[in-house]
Amino acid sequence: MDLMEYQGKQYFARFGIPISAGGIADSVEEAVAQAERIGYPVVVKAQVTTGGRGKAGGIKLANTADEVRFHAANILGMDIRGHIVRRLWIERASQIAKSSTRFDENGQPKAEEFYASFTLDRSAKKYLGMLSVEGGVEIESVPDALIAKIHIDPIDGLSEDDCRAWIAAANLPEAAREGALSVLMALYRCYTEGDCELAEINPLVLTADGRILALDAKVTLDDAARERHPEWSEFEVAAVAAGDSREALAKERGLQYVGLDGTVGIIANGAGLAMATVDIVKQVGGAPANFLDIGGGASAEVMVNALSVINADPNVRSIFINIFGGITRCDEIARGIIEAINRITLNAPIVARIDGTNAAEGRAILQAHESEKLIMLPDMLSAAKKAVELAGK
Amino acid sequence: MAIFVNEHTRVVVQGLTGRQGQFYGLRNRAYGTKVVAGTNPKKAGTFVEGIPIFATVAEAVRETGANAAFVIVPAAAAVASILEAAESGVPFIVCVTEHIPTHDQARVYNRLKRDFPHVRLLGPNCAGILAPGKCNIGFTPTEVAMPGPVGIVSRSGTLAYQALYELTQIGIGQSTCVGIGGDPVPGTSFIDVLAAFEADPETEAIVMIGEIGGSAEEEAAEFIKDHVTKPVIAYIAGMEAPPGKRMGHAGAIISRGKGTAKGKTEALKAAGVRVAMNPTEIGSLVKQALGR
Repeated sequence: MDLMEYQGKQYFARFGIPISAGGIADSVEEAVAQAERIGYPVVVKAQVTTGGRGKAGGIKLANTADEVRFHAANILGMDIRGHIVRRLWIERASQIAKSSTRFDENGQPKAEEFYASFTLDRSAKKYLGMLSVEGGVEIESVPDALIAKIHIDPIDGLSEDDCRAWIAAANLPEAAREGALSVLMALYRCYTEGDCELAEINPLVLTADGRILALDAKVTLDDAARERHPEWSEFEVAAVAAGDSREALAKERGLQYVGLDGTVGIIANGAGLAMATVDIVKQVGGAPANFLDIGGGASAEVMVNALSVINADPNVRSIFINIFGGITRCDEIARGIIEAINRITLNAPIVARIDGTNAAEGRAILQAHESEKLIMLPDMLSAAKKAVELAGK
Repeated sequence: MAIFVNEHTRVVVQGLTGRQGQFYGLRNRAYGTKVVAGTNPKKAGTFVEGIPIFATVAEAVRETGANAAFVIVPAAAAVASILEAAESGVPFIVCVTEHIPTHDQARVYNRLKRDFPHVRLLGPNCAGILAPGKCNIGFTPTEVAMPGPVGIVSRSGTLAYQALYELTQIGIGQSTCVGIGGDPVPGTSFIDVLAAFEADPETEAIVMIGEIGGSAEEEAAEFIKDHVTKPVIAYIAGMEAPPGKRMGHAGAIISRGKGTAKGKTEALKAAGVRVAMNPTEIGSLVKQALGR
């Protein structure tokens, strides 16, 4: 689960990472009230789980209530990379220190904005910490030589000595080092004890009065660790409200679903086969409406749930059911499809390809019900073509 | 010869008394796998369809000579079960459990590397391993497999089954089908399995099925270039997966532009691997590679 900035900061605060005073606002009036409470100047920040907010005009400085009103009205409802802004974070603006050693192309001192993150290096199978004096920009645009990396064995953890050496390697200014040490140790605890997949601060700043502050928070929580974190439930409520309504419905029904923007609804068993099905629909010129993995035991109930989620998507013009029967037998799956068809009125025709264990029996069951609304084809490629053709009609 | 397991492999099932564990444990035994024990501290001394249940893996090993563990327990208990098997001297552990938190996976991986370097963990979140005609540990459907010269290694379960089926349909059997799992920190990597297939005299060609996320396929491509002489046929799922979205498997996610199917496909092609456009094509490419 990706957290919005204000949620990430709330999470950081639990681990003692310093953040600025701030509050959330879902309307212009709430934004003004928060600003009045916090004191000017404030920063009005769009809350969406995507990058590029600044460039899109989703982060603005405001010195007065009128300015807050103006920016809040502009930003609420804004579309940032497909994410509609429904919530703002109003935060006390910070005075950032100027560097005495780093200058921009005009010879002006750069702001003391750093980058810090922990994530998993899947290749090394160790934790990877990254720290750079060049913060405030996307880390991908920072030259490798300016990023200090540290690999941490999950068994040993991060020691203060190693953290100090890492900070020195990153060349953080002397005035920032003690503060950075405590923030990085806290960020590491947040990453591990907090079960994050990513814990990133960009920028981490040194203020003019010598404090270290997390000005942004990018946190991805590991969904698999949900059970040991009851405190995550508030984040989930907000995530569902802000997310794709189709994905929320699927999640409620316990299905692995990812919404896409095409017209061919997809149901497959197994994550790999579901991905392969999305791919083949695209390969033959179609546009997949979703990824949906119904998992191993595909009972009639699961099939009804899957079809009802697909049916709720108004863009879907055809439904491609792609099943490979392993231990789950194809005849059971075919019965599930028939039962689902009897229980819900579908808005789009089904093209089914079922193969594997007991495929002949399964096909015989479907054959008895074959119609314009239920077409059966023996292999993935021809079924994909048929589904795409029907979606285009 | 099969890799990692054979007809002499003796399996202790951790979770045999659970619903899933009983279903798959008995299914594996019905195929001919030597399922010799189960564990459950509360049910020690009882039997599941004639298979003795022990309180601990150590006892099971002592009493039955088990040399492989099949971990099929809930996520909250999986790490402890894996470590218990390793501590009891079991050299080969298959863990099918899904939804183990990533940090726990990273800890158990590094713990095994450090304290039990000779233990091989397959998974977590994998389909298991099938050596047709000899041994089956896990979920793999045996109905679609037959003995023969092709080694299969896959992150995805269903795509491995599909590959087995495609090959069996055209009369080409398999030496071993290895599921390495869809999680971010797999105990066994593509490279481990490729090396084993390269060394296995019975395996003549290798099918490798990858997907988006991480860089295991790119690393495998490098390894193939330098160390694999047998023909490799690959398929990568997730060509059209949107970045930042998790596609069913915990490890199947394109993060920060890394781990795309396109990048993986290109790396494999550059290493001389034949890459199938869809899972169905795997069969014909293997046939070509074997010159049949």
